[in-house]
Amino acid sequence: MLGKLSLDALPLDQPVIMGAFGFMGLVAFSVLAALTYFGRWKWLWTEWLTTVDHKKIGVMYIILALVMLLRGFSDAIMMRTQLALAHGGAVGYLPPEHYDQIFSAHGAIMIFFMAMPFVIGMINIVVPLQIGARDVAFPFLNSLSFWLTVAGFGLINVSLGIGEFARTGWLAYPPLSELGYSPGVGVDYYIWSLQISGVGTTLSGVNFIATILRNRAPGMTLMRMPVFTWTALCSSIQIVAAFPILTICLALLSLDRYLGMHFFTNDLGGNQMMYVNLIWAWGHPEVYILILPAFGIFSEVVATFSGKRLFGYVPMVVATMVIAVLSFLVWLHHFFTMGAGGDVNGFFGIATMIIAIPTGVKVFNWLFTMYRGRIRFSVPMLWTIGFMITFVIGGMTGVLLAVPPADFVLHNSLFLVAHFHNTIIGGVVFGLLAGFNYWFPKVFGFRLNEKLGRCAFWCWLVGFYLAFIPLYIVGLMGMTRRLNHYDNPDWHPFMIVAAVGAVVILCGIVFQLVQLVVSIVQREKTRDLTGDPWNGRTLEWAISSPPPAYNFAEIPIVTGRDAFWETKKRSTARQVVRFPRIHMPRNTSAGLVIGGFALVLGFALVWHIWWMAAAGAVGIVATAIAYSFKLNREYFLSALDVERSEKLLSPAAV
Amino acid sequence: MTTELLNVETVRPYVPPPLPSVHAEASEHRTAGITTVLGFWIYLMSDCLLFAALFATYSVLGREFAGGPTSKELFDLPYVLAETLCLLASSFTYGMVMVALKADNRGRVLGFLLLTFVLGLGFIGLEVKEFVRMIGEGAGPDRSAFLSAFFTLVGTHGLHVTGGLVWMAVMLVQASLRRFDAVLPTRLTCLSLFWHFLDIIWIGVFTVVYLAGAMS
Repeated sequence: MLGKLSLDALPLDQPVIMGAFGFMGLVAFSVLAALTYFGRWKWLWTEWLTTVDHKKIGVMYIILALVMLLRGFSDAIMMRTQLALAHGGAVGYLPPEHYDQIFSAHGAIMIFFMAMPFVIGMINIVVPLQIGARDVAFPFLNSLSFWLTVAGFGLINVSLGIGEFARTGWLAYPPLSELGYSPGVGVDYYIWSLQISGVGTTLSGVNFIATILRNRAPGMTLMRMPVFTWTALCSSIQIVAAFPILTICLALLSLDRYLGMHFFTNDLGGNQMMYVNLIWAWGHPEVYILILPAFGIFSEVVATFSGKRLFGYVPMVVATMVIAVLSFLVWLHHFFTMGAGGDVNGFFGIATMIIAIPTGVKVFNWLFTMYRGRIRFSVPMLWTIGFMITFVIGGMTGVLLAVPPADFVLHNSLFLVAHFHNTIIGGVVFGLLAGFNYWFPKVFGFRLNEKLGRCAFWCWLVGFYLAFIPLYIVGLMGMTRRLNHYDNPDWHPFMIVAAVGAVVILCGIVFQLVQLVVSIVQREKTRDLTGDPWNGRTLEWAISSPPPAYNFAEIPIVTGRDAFWETKKRSTARQVVRFPRIHMPRNTSAGLVIGGFALVLGFALVWHIWWMAAAGAVGIVATAIAYSFKLNREYFLSALDVERSEKLLSPAAV
Repeated sequence: MTTELLNVETVRPYVPPPLPSVHAEASEHRTAGITTVLGFWIYLMSDCLLFAALFATYSVLGREFAGGPTSKELFDLPYVLAETLCLLASSFTYGMVMVALKADNRGRVLGFLLLTFVLGLGFIGLEVKEFVRMIGEGAGPDRSAFLSAFFTLVGTHGLHVTGGLVWMAVMLVQASLRRFDAVLPTRLTCLSLFWHFLDIIWIGVFTVVYLAGAMS
C-alpha cells in the first residue's frame, strides 16, 4: 500500500538530522500559525500564491533561494567543522554515511535550489521592467514554472526527515548511484527533485526568450537592450538547449534504477562514461547559465554607480554570446582523466582557455567604465569590485585546471573545490547580492540599510578568502575532496583556517538577514518616492517603486541605449496625460495545483507507491486539460483605475 | 492633435500610444497568438534536443548486444514501414485540418482531426504490439544496453505521440464548441507543429534505428 515507506524511514537514531528536521517543522508550523493568527490566508492566496505577476513570482523565487541558502550553508559549516576536528585519532561528529549525504545535498541545493531560483527570480523581476513590458510573454507558464520549482524544493526538504538523501556527490555518478550500490531512496529523491524543478526551469527559459524577443517596447532594438537583458537572453537560450540533456540523463538513470535497464551499469553493455558525458554536457553550460546574468548585474551596477554609460556595449554583448556558445564545447574538461586521448583532451583544454578571452574583455570593459567615472561606493558597487578581484583569481585557476597534464594532478583535489567555489561565490553569489541590494528599492519601495550591507559584504569577502585559499593550498599538497577524516597533520592548520572562514561567512549571512529586518523596520527612513534611487539608466527606474501591477501605464518609446538616461537628459518630469485601459492576466491557481500534484507524483515515485504516482500523474494532466477549457483568463483594468493607481504610487509624476 | 497636447509633447519623454480601440485590441489578440506560436517553437527546439540526447545515447549503446538478440534479428522492416506510413499519412491529414481551418469549414476540421487521431492511434497500436512481441521473445529493455536504448528512444517518441493524441482529443471537443473559436487557430497551429515535429523525429528513428539496424 505504501511501497517502501514505513516508520523505519524516519532517521530516529540520528539526532543531528532529527534536530534539523524538527527545527524545519517548527519554522514551517510557526509561519502557518502566524498566518492563521493574523488572518492573512486569503491575502496570501490572492496576492501571492495564485499570482501571475512577474514581480511577485520573482520575489517568491528569491525567498525560496534565501531559505535554501541557509540550508545549504548549514551543510557547508558542518563539513568545515567536521574537517577541523576529524584528523588523526579524532573522528569528528559526523559519521561517513551522514557526511556523504551532507556534501551531496550541499552541492545539489546550492546549485539547483539556491543559485538557480535566485537567478530566475532576478530575471523575472528585472527583464520585463527593463524592456518596457507589462509582464512576461506567458504569465501562467511563469507561475507553473515557479510551482514546479517549489515541488522540487519540497521533495528535497522532505528527504531530510523521511528517508535519506543521496550519498553520491552532487552529480550522482553511476555506478555508485545505481541500484546495486545505492539501494536506498536517497538517489531517487535526488532524481525526482531535480527532474521536477528542471522542467520548471526549462519552461522559464522558453518564457524569457519569448518575452525578450516579442515584448520589447517600440524602439528597443536588440542592440539597445540593457546588458542584463542580453545576459538573460543568452542564459535562457542556454537553459532551453542544456536542460533537456539533464532531463534525459536523469531519466536514463531512473530507468536503470526502476526498470532494470542497462544504460550506465557495469554489465550487459552499459557505459558509465555516457552518464558523465551527458551530465556535463548539461553541467558546464549550467555554470554559465548562472554566471552570465551575474555579469549582466555587474554591468548595470558599474554603469549606474560610475555615472557613465557602459564602456564597450557591443563587445560586451558579443562576449556574452561567445561565452554562451563556447560553454557547450568544453564539457570534457571535467573528466580529462577519462582517457579520451591527447587530441581530444587538447581540443577541450584549448576551448576552455579560449573562454578566458571574452571574459577578460568583460573585466576590462567594467574597469574602463569605472575609469574617470564619478564612482559611488554604495553596497552594490562594493560587491562588484569584490567580484572583479575575486573572480579574476578564480578564472586564472580555471585556466590552470584547463591544462590537461595539470588537471591529471589536480583532478578531484580540494584545489578544484576551491576553484569552483571561487567562481561561483566570487561570481554568482556576489552578483546576486549586488543585484539584491540594487533592485530591492525598485521592488519594495525602500532602500536596504547601507551600513549593514557593508558589514555583510566585508564578512563575505574576508570569509571567502579565509575559507578557500587554504583549500587551494591543501589541494596542491594532495588533499582530495569529499574526505570526512584525514591522517596528514600538515593539513590540519589549513582546515582550521577554513573553518574560521566559514564562520566569518556565517557572520556575512547574519548581517544580510539583519540588514533585511532592520531595513524593513526603518523603511520610512529610506523610502524611495522618485522610483529612481540610484540615478539609474535603464527603463525599470522610469516607473514608481514599487511598480504597479501593469508596470508601465503607457508603454515607453525607446530612442537609444540607456533609455531612461536619455529621457532624463531631455526632461526632468514624467507626465502622463491620458491613461489607457490595460489588458491584464487574471490570477490562477492552476500552476499551484499542478505543482502540488507534481510533488505527490515525485514523492510516490521515490517510495514506489504506484497508486499515488498514478493519481499524481492523472492530476497533472487533468488540471492542464481543465485549464485549457478556461477561456476567461484576462480582464481590463479601466483607465480610471490606472489613473488612480498612478496617482497613488507616484503622485509627483502625474 | 490639439495644441495643448503638442506643447506637452515637447517636454514629455514618451509619445503617448494611440487610444485603445476595438481595432487595437483585436491586433493585441493576434499578437498574443504569434507570441504563443513562437514560444511553442522554442519549446519544440528543447524537445528536439531531448531527442538529440537520446539519439546520441542510442548511437553509443546501439551495438552493445551483450550476447543477446541483435537489431538484425529483431527488426521487421515491412512492419515498421506500415507504422511509418500510418504516421506519415496522419501528418498529411493534419495538413488538411489546417487547410479546412483556413477555409473556415468546421465540419472538415473535425473530420480530418478525427482521421488524424485514428491514424495516430493505429501507429501507437502497432508500436505497442511490436514492443509486446519483443518482450515476449525475451528481448525486453533489461536484456542489453542496445535494447535499453532502443526501447527508450522509440518509447519516448511513442509517449510524445500519445500525448499528442490526448491533446487532439481535447481539440476535437474544443473545435466543436463555438466558444473556443478565438483561440482555436493558435491551438491547432501549435498541435500541427507538434505533430509534424514528431513525424520528422520518426524519420530519424526509422533511418538511424531500423534501417541501419536491419542492414548491419
